Amino acid sequence: MVADNIINVIVAGIGGQGVLRASDIFGQVVFAAGYDVKKSEVHGMSQRGGSVVSDIRFGKQVFSPMVPPEECDYLVVLEETQIESNVHRLRPNGVLIKPDSIDLTKLRNKRSINVALLGVLSTYLPDLPEELWLSAIRNNFAEKLHQINETAFRLGKSSR
Amino acid sequence: MNAATALQPTFQPARLLLSGNEALAYAAYHSGVQLGTGYPGTPSTEMLENFAKLGGHAQWAPNEKVAFEVALGAAIAKGRTVVTMKHVGLNVAADPLFTAAYTGVAAGFVVFVADDFGMASSQNEQDTRYYAKAAGLPLLDPSDSQDAYDFFAKAIEISERWQLPIILRTTTRVSHSKSIVTLHELPPPLQPPHFVRDIPTYVMIPAYARPAHARLLKKLDEIQEWNDSSISSLQRVIPGDSSLGIIASGIAYIHAREAAPHACFLKIGMPFPLPLETIRKFVASVERCVVIEEGDPILAEAIRAAGIHVESKPPLYRLGELNVQKVRKILNYDISPDAAVPRGKPPELCPACPHRTVFSAFQSLNLIITGDIGCYTLGVLEPFGEMDTCVCMGASIGMGLGMRHVLPEDQARRVLSVIGDGTFMHSGLTGLLEMVYNPPPTGHIVLILDNGTTAMTGLQEHPGTGRTLDMHATGQVRIEDVARGIGVQNVIVFDPDPKDGEENLIKLVKEYLVKNDTTVIIVRRPCILSAKKEKEYKKVIPITEARGGCHGCG
Ligand SMILES: Cc1ncc(C[n+]2csc(CCOP(=O)(O)OP(=O)(O)O)c2C)c(N)n1
Ligand code: SF4
Repeated sequence: MVADNIINVIVAGIGGQGVLRASDIFGQVVFAAGYDVKKSEVHGMSQRGGSVVSDIRFGKQVFSPMVPPEECDYLVVLEETQIESNVHRLRPNGVLIKPDSIDLTKLRNKRSINVALLGVLSTYLPDLPEELWLSAIRNNFAEKLHQINETAFRLGKSSR
Repeated sequence: MNAATALQPTFQPARLLLSGNEALAYAAYHSGVQLGTGYPGTPSTEMLENFAKLGGHAQWAPNEKVAFEVALGAAIAKGRTVVTMKHVGLNVAADPLFTAAYTGVAAGFVVFVADDFGMASSQNEQDTRYYAKAAGLPLLDPSDSQDAYDFFAKAIEISERWQLPIILRTTTRVSHSKSIVTLHELPPPLQPPHFVRDIPTYVMIPAYARPAHARLLKKLDEIQEWNDSSISSLQRVIPGDSSLGIIASGIAYIHAREAAPHACFLKIGMPFPLPLETIRKFVASVERCVVIEEGDPILAEAIRAAGIHVESKPPLYRLGELNVQKVRKILNYDISPDAAVPRGKPPELCPACPHRTVFSAFQSLNLIITGDIGCYTLGVLEPFGEMDTCVCMGASIGMGLGMRHVLPEDQARRVLSVIGDGTFMHSGLTGLLEMVYNPPPTGHIVLILDNGTTAMTGLQEHPGTGRTLDMHATGQVRIEDVARGIGVQNVIVFDPDPKDGEENLIKLVKEYLVKNDTTVIIVRRPCILSAKKEKEYKKVIPITEARGGCHGCG
């Protein structure tokens, strides 16, 4: 899967949905897997329900931290409304991962949608061992939230 | 903790995924910086917050000028120091900046300034490199987090060798992007702080300032020569196909490496004073040479002024951030506009934000509103549309007064200034002095929206909150006492209760609009997002134990 080429992932959503948390987790996973990684987002006014977008790029050597136009391989969107403003960034055969990529009725805590969709993303990137995902998830949440987020991740992972 | 123990921070080698701001915080901590001070502003804010988390002594000042002066005092007292701010903050700190270049410093003094091309969260795009040239201070321009870490250490080295403040400039993508950083051991300060009297160096009366100016120019010549020599190690040549050479610095270098993988590169780490001989040699070695830089064409102009032929970017690319695609276009002489892309959802006030009550009330009052900068600036957007000016922090009060002085009475009476508590502490006090000193014939009303935090930039403490950056209890400046002390005629504290706040505020403002008095209405209700931080406050160390607390009993 990941040879010399760079894989580009974009996570998009609304301020407060956990876009940055999801991209932090993913960044840690690919970093721990030994890839070069760059991650970039525009933030500073994200608290007020505006759009938040985070770019993560990994591979052997990554230069720019921003995914160039139409080079996104996987677009993970935490809310349907954010598809329209981001979908143009996908490559022709790029993959769109969105809330209805999973069975939402099985998601016990709606706030863990970010981690559930990372679970979906993980099915496209089989070279990244599950243990790295789980430990990055644990690193990013307080202990009492570990279980709920692991369950959300597995739900996403089993959706495909 | 005494000063001597602070000199040796604990160091553990590691490889980490860090943002530029986090990398700077590590570098400051590992270099034994004894005081970090600054004022919050996107995209610079997290540097100081992370420095504090690592265990550094960090504090928010009321504004950038004060922060700079605190840092300068510390550096003259031989303490290694960093001061942090966003680009517009340097305008506020510009007065001491220019003369600090004359006095110089006795220990490393890094002025960290973050530029925001593209205006992710700023009121203008401004290029800090002009300040380096104008003030005569060296400037470093890192490209990623590893550079940020390494350049901070370099900045300390240069600052101490030439006894000059040094500017370390980042842009949004360097500050906020994460990339891999290898930490290494950095040289600790040479000696603990102590003050040595040196009147001709530090007292800038004309008799001492004249030789100081000459000294500064000499230092800059030396730094330029050093920067041109290989020992500087701030410049790097990446060999490639000699048909295209690219000179670039900062984030522009990173984009360019991706846009033109086969080109030769000269990466500039210190754009001022510029290593012109290095550049001359590089340009002679390639067929075509293009300068790629974000912001204004400062590098290209300086290189051309030295008689070296390079291509610059078309003026179109002075606007906004650069990216890989734009660099490709610059290299291809393409000045076609970028395809329009759908915009995301703009930010808006949180659903239960106390500012909402105020802007709803304004909708019934037909006001002319001189506004200011903070979350409440979003009151200009739909559904409110209630703000007529916004220029810079603190401008609301002066601008409102100016309008009241010249407008016919029917319009003058409708003018109201609105400012947040954080912004009031930053630069609203002097506006109130003006209001008391030169009151317009119709008086004036200032609304201070006191949500108990600096919300806009991520909930920082300020002198009105009674808490320091690291959540210690400290002295609290009460806005109502200040306003009364300054001599404002009416000072009212008002609660914008979601139930009846709107109605009551309309009544209150109407009552005072018809008077010819000076009036301050403090609208007080906490930001809903600061609730979490408030919980931390419960754990705050009481004032008697707090650093800087009760000195009387030791
Ligand atoms: C000179 C300068 N420094 C810093 C900033 C960044 N900044 C924008 S608004 C703001 C303060 C906002 O706090 P406050 O006035 O309390 O309003 P709130 O966001 O809490 O509503 C800051 C620090 C700036 N715009 N200009
Ligand atoms: S962060 Fe606080 S002040 Fe800003 S919009 Fe939200 S509630 Fe209002």
